[in-house]
Amino acid sequence: MTEDNHVLVKVEDLKMHFPIYRGVIQRQVGAVRAVDGVSFEIHKGETLGLVGESGCGKSTTGRTILQLYKPTAGKIFYEDTELTTLRPEKMRQMRKNIQMIFQDPYASLNPRMTIRDIIAEPLVAFGSATGKAIDERVRDLMKLVKLDPDFMLRYPHEFSGGQRQRIGIARAMANNPTFVVCDEPISALDVSIQAQVINLFEDLQKELDLTYLFIAHDLSMVRHISDRVAVMYLGIIVELADRNEIYANPVHPYTKALLSAIPVADPAYYETRKRIVMEGDVPSPANPPSGCRFRTRCPIAEGYCGQSRPEFKEIAPGHFVECFKWDHPDNQRR
Amino acid sequence: MTSELLNVQGLETQFKTPEGVVHAVNGVDFTLKEGETLGVVGESGCGKSVSMLSILRLIQQPPGKIVAGEAMFRGQDLLKMTKEEIRHVRGGQISMVFQDPMTSLNPVMTIGKQLAEPLMLHLGLNKEQARDRSIELLEQVGIPHAADRLKDYPHQYSGGMRQRVMIAMALSCAPQILIADEPTTALDVTIQAQIVELVIRLREEVGMAIVWITHDLGVVASIAHRVNVMYGGFIIEESPIRDLYAHPSHPYTIGLLGSLPQIHEQRRQRLYSIEGMPPMLYQKPHSCPFSPRCRWVVEHCRLENPPLMPVGDNHRAACWVDTTTGRER
Repeated sequence: MTEDNHVLVKVEDLKMHFPIYRGVIQRQVGAVRAVDGVSFEIHKGETLGLVGESGCGKSTTGRTILQLYKPTAGKIFYEDTELTTLRPEKMRQMRKNIQMIFQDPYASLNPRMTIRDIIAEPLVAFGSATGKAIDERVRDLMKLVKLDPDFMLRYPHEFSGGQRQRIGIARAMANNPTFVVCDEPISALDVSIQAQVINLFEDLQKELDLTYLFIAHDLSMVRHISDRVAVMYLGIIVELADRNEIYANPVHPYTKALLSAIPVADPAYYETRKRIVMEGDVPSPANPPSGCRFRTRCPIAEGYCGQSRPEFKEIAPGHFVECFKWDHPDNQRR
Repeated sequence: MTSELLNVQGLETQFKTPEGVVHAVNGVDFTLKEGETLGVVGESGCGKSVSMLSILRLIQQPPGKIVAGEAMFRGQDLLKMTKEEIRHVRGGQISMVFQDPMTSLNPVMTIGKQLAEPLMLHLGLNKEQARDRSIELLEQVGIPHAADRLKDYPHQYSGGMRQRVMIAMALSCAPQILIADEPTTALDVTIQAQIVELVIRLREEVGMAIVWITHDLGVVASIAHRVNVMYGGFIIEESPIRDLYAHPSHPYTIGLLGSLPQIHEQRRQRLYSIEGMPPMLYQKPHSCPFSPRCRWVVEHCRLENPPLMPVGDNHRAACWVDTTTGRER
């Protein structure tokens, strides 16, 4: 659904390092390199999926785009505006256009505020509605996310997880954003409720012409909702491609292992197919391996993989991979 | 046919809460055969964990109460045993692995001590023997440098390794039944795959029966021989694994499977979603608990709760409607 590939958001070599302090004088002894040089573009009207395991930096990437963290290095463009150097008041205004939906619908709503006040807060903050118009807008937003507007004077605890997530979505939509970062918005929900919320995301995208960065660890849901998918590992993007391309022809050894680990709701699948079970755990982002980040768990790693970081290379139109051996015969065998 | 290991009949468990009595489990019958892996699938609050915890008498009483039923294990009713007897069964013949490996391990006790405890308690090993056996167990679950890692504390292990330790602990007394309550839910997919492979291997080595409780229809497809699907405190469908996915019969099961995105989906299709929410269970349902959300609903569903009825080979579903034809049974 991309409109002639108009780039809405562009991230250039983004780095987000969190310092580690130790000792009495709290000297900085190192840094957690949560995001360590990622670049990508998001086209207007599309959904870019960002997947990876816990601690790979996918949420940090999303939060840094919204300037919830001050990035260590790199640039973030929204249309033609560079966000990292924007003055605070300008950035505040910018947040009308860029919104976020959080993972935990229990923690992201203030339990002492009514639903009306929660959804109205961004309207009041930006003065986009006043007086009676606020209630009118809150009603419309609740209808938009398929909640009964008559419940607007209730409190969050009176709602289920799925309904709370809808409240969070209504709040994010209050000022008609164009770009929404969805940070694991369905992970905390039950299976039958997940499908409801995913369908709502798709409806809203069509209705309001939204662009999503959809962060998740559920690879099958990401495939379902995304137009393109980026796979992160230990602070970097290892592979980025069109959804069908990446799921049908994964190239990076990590993507291959990750995809083969997806549980498939089909017992017959397991009778015919052997999984690639990856050994070991993800190394610490405070002390990542030299060279290729994945080499310590990679089944086809060579000595030279540790010497320098591979290039993030476009191996086919729109298909990027960061691996020395992407076209090596070792990588063809599964 | 292998012999029956566990036979549960008419299990009912309730909880007293300030808002009223919650009918968490409302008459559950099932059997578990030797060496078999039974998957128990359902969403939060469907009674899947509570029914298993009830069998092991791990429900806190009060507020919980097992109000009816029996659970026969090797000729004895687990629900009628004395505290001392059931304590002997737990951790010995029947053991359990929980969802969150961080909260189930004692953070101020070394892994070695925690592993040795059941060995000394249930098997009467001395310290030296327990240590040797602990090392063997850690090696069996794939922890490298096992001997050195005995003196580590849980926080020095990663999430996946902690779950391996929990499994080692559960297997330490060679149980006949392992009850695994969402053992991979808190883990990443690649680590989840490691744990599932590990349990499949150990199942062959040790030969125990497994009850695998999960909400993930994908995970259960990879490990179970048979599945019970639960909703509103009832088993609403039970089936051999392949038949359940090939011919789901209860509208809820059909809805759950339909709400998952297809892995080979090329073009985006709208997900099938079950409208509404799971029931609150403040009253024991006398109609079908799924009827308010069901698109096949008929008058009969609102009048009488359907029992499990045969729909195929060893395959039963609790529904008044034949979902293949849309007609009433």
